[in-house]
Amino acid sequence: MSTAVAELPQAPSESSVNYLNASYGIKSWLLTTDHKRIALLYLISITFMFVVGGVAATLMRIQLIQPTGAIVDPETYNKLFSIHGIVMVFFFLVPSIPATLGNFLIPMMIGARDVAFPKLNLLSWYLFITGSICMLYAIAAGGVDTGWTFYPPYSSTFSHTHVIAAVAGIFIAGFSSILTGLNFIVTIHKMRAPGMTWFRMPLFLWSMYATSVIFILGTPVIAITLFLMALERLMHVGIFDPAVGGDPLLFQHLFWFYSHPAVYIMILPGMGVISELIPAFSKKHIFGYKAVAYSSMAIAVLSFLVWGHHMFITGQSIYTGLIFSVLSFAVAIPSAIKVFNWTATLYKGSISYNAPMLYALGFIGLFTMGGLTGLFLASLATDVHLNGTYFIVAHFHYIMVGGAVMAYLGGIHYWWPKITGRLYPDAWARFAALVIFIGFNLTFFPQFVLGYLGMPRRYAVYPPEFQVLNVMSSAGATILGVGYVIPLIYLIWSFKYGPVAGPNPWGATGLEWQTPSPPPTENFEEMPVVTHEPYNYPSPEVAVGG
Amino acid sequence: MAEMAQPSHGHDAHVPELVHQFETVEQQREAGTLGMWLFLATEILFFGGMFCSYLVYRSLHPHAFEIGSHLLEVKFGATNTAVLICSSLTMAMAIRSAQTGKSKRTIITYLVITILLGLTFIGVKLYFEWYHDYLEHIVPGFGFQYHADWGSSGPMVQMFMVFYFILTGIHALHMVIGVGILTVMIIMAARGRFSSHYFAPLDISGLYWHFVDIIWIFLFPLLYLIGGRYATGGH
Amino acid sequence: MSAEHVVSVRLYVVVWVTLLIFTGLTTGVAYIDLGVFNTVVALAIAVAKMLLVVLFFMHVKYTTGIPRVVMVAAIFWLAIMMSITLADELTRGWTPVAHAWGSGTLLPILPHLLR
Repeated sequence: MSTAVAELPQAPSESSVNYLNASYGIKSWLLTTDHKRIALLYLISITFMFVVGGVAATLMRIQLIQPTGAIVDPETYNKLFSIHGIVMVFFFLVPSIPATLGNFLIPMMIGARDVAFPKLNLLSWYLFITGSICMLYAIAAGGVDTGWTFYPPYSSTFSHTHVIAAVAGIFIAGFSSILTGLNFIVTIHKMRAPGMTWFRMPLFLWSMYATSVIFILGTPVIAITLFLMALERLMHVGIFDPAVGGDPLLFQHLFWFYSHPAVYIMILPGMGVISELIPAFSKKHIFGYKAVAYSSMAIAVLSFLVWGHHMFITGQSIYTGLIFSVLSFAVAIPSAIKVFNWTATLYKGSISYNAPMLYALGFIGLFTMGGLTGLFLASLATDVHLNGTYFIVAHFHYIMVGGAVMAYLGGIHYWWPKITGRLYPDAWARFAALVIFIGFNLTFFPQFVLGYLGMPRRYAVYPPEFQVLNVMSSAGATILGVGYVIPLIYLIWSFKYGPVAGPNPWGATGLEWQTPSPPPTENFEEMPVVTHEPYNYPSPEVAVGG
Repeated sequence: MAEMAQPSHGHDAHVPELVHQFETVEQQREAGTLGMWLFLATEILFFGGMFCSYLVYRSLHPHAFEIGSHLLEVKFGATNTAVLICSSLTMAMAIRSAQTGKSKRTIITYLVITILLGLTFIGVKLYFEWYHDYLEHIVPGFGFQYHADWGSSGPMVQMFMVFYFILTGIHALHMVIGVGILTVMIIMAARGRFSSHYFAPLDISGLYWHFVDIIWIFLFPLLYLIGGRYATGGH
Repeated sequence: MSAEHVVSVRLYVVVWVTLLIFTGLTTGVAYIDLGVFNTVVALAIAVAKMLLVVLFFMHVKYTTGIPRVVMVAAIFWLAIMMSITLADELTRGWTPVAHAWGSGTLLPILPHLLR
């Protein structure tokens, strides 16, 4: 039953059998089909890839302290930003929330014992690892310098770096995404507990469903596109080679057909997390549940109609550009609907500023900034000036880091007591959230200005008058880096030494909070029955803060 | 709570093919079917990227694509289409045999015929088409030679052949995978795993096999029949 | 779902024969000069064949809901990809080139727009 949350006996998690202590040994982890263990495998893997991408970013920011470049030559710099982009996009952000929180939470939130296809789920992780190894090989063997976009004919003809290995890694990791999305859609369709109707689902599930739709319909296109590019690189048969009548813009069309929706693969799960955090820490029912749910689906569909705004200045037909511009403005509407509904949920809420909530509030502000600057870039004439500058870099980092990574960290902090059964030190967590927020803004706000002033992206050197803003940005990156290390330390610490959390430390609703922490292997002692809508928090006057 | 560490399953746990995360065999079967349909949606977009590229180049260079298309032999394309359609029938009959509780010998017979038809398709493709294309120097990347009568269309004729080989190559790869899947199905059938109550794996494999057939149904006119054959009268 | 519905052997054979006839038809039509309609007819026959396979061999006729939605969605997405990409490829040449703008008049664009 989904009532009487607080009266659950606070069984000490040590004495009961849960998914963490049900079996021991490396084999019990590497051959597990438990969605919760697979989520932890992903958590470890993507954290490692995040570190790899982070190191590349750090080196870039050190390089840009001096106008002439501080540490590396331009060719190495090209490799740094390419590795940073490829690793962060394909090996961290795309799998981040879906593969960890999604895997852990989807069966628990709908009241199921596991995902629909547990073995397929494990296969997805192995595909991801295989893809990651290909990418790490490409880095170790000397790197790749095409940028994360792999535009031909540079990537297919002229680059002398390890393009094929990197592309193979993305291709294989792509199938991991496809199978994960397939698993999630089937799970949400077929595995819901009795009474869990579509409109009783937590909004996180709606956003994961929308994300999975993009996984299913978008990822195969990037796979075949990169395959064609690799084939062109190996055989030189002219597929994208303008010298013999091939069309490099065709590659860009197919690439962005996936890669623009991929931006929504990154942000939609983040929006889902925020839709959980805001009601939980405002102790209020979400404002406009159906609007938020439908806007997730609207984003999934509209995201496939706007890809050409990445190609306004690459020689695309200006008439198509007009259409893409209009559609790009349209995609802002469902995003705005979400922001308004979150804000309205806060109104007269009984707000508690725990660490996850700080991340959620940070998300709303930073995502709004990222979204609104996106409108600058969606309008054709402005884009001519701003495209290819640091304005773009700042814009998408506000979405991907200020949005997706903040939501990811917020989600990790919110569900950490459920995942591990332990509490982390909240004061440290709030401090880290604040450090990350400050560091992030100091890093990327100057880049808006730099871009507006005309500093192009992807260059190892720059005119001296841009130095002050670049130093600010690098200083911010240092603070941001420290902000990321703090949670890593106290979360690992709490795993062993943190106080026992109990089933529901936040006093939140939702099926996942009605089972012990950490959950037993099959999630629930008995099949839950759902009798009411999500977020049924009592009225603010009588609510007890978490 | 502690004594309930091993949660009691409120579902029909006695059915051997039911895996633990599902409540009923029906739920398990529906999940499997939906999973395969979603995978086929992925496949449509996977082939779709190639079809889209093909469409773009064909729209821009219709004449060259016509020349390229006429390098292919309609008789082999048409024969292979018929072969695949026959294999779809035998696949459907294999599933129907399981569904209506026929003997495992019947199921296996239909599956074996299906595989043989699939191998026939691949054989025709490999020997009569690709190998002869290689001998005629019309395989891009392997000694492709422009003909004098193509004029300036040479590179785009090669482009047609590129897409011909990519599309048919990836289609043939799907056929090989299909043959592998059906081999597993034969083994499962031989072990008596299928009955009129449980034949979901067979059903799902059938969806895949029919899908690969459909891809070919589109590839045949798109590759072999461009611009009609009346001009040259075929080969 | 489809599992309970048994399609008769007769119907399977009828579908199979129809598919073979369509294959013969599409091959035969290719040898008749229909102009652009050669392609139209070939694709129409291919779509008809696809529908036969999907509806009967893949049992979609006896299935409601999700498989239909999934297929329609996939084809719809494919149509988006093809139509917008092609919209660019076919209108790209209309763009007036830079020196035409330099001539100080918008007139050079007109022939492109009226084409």
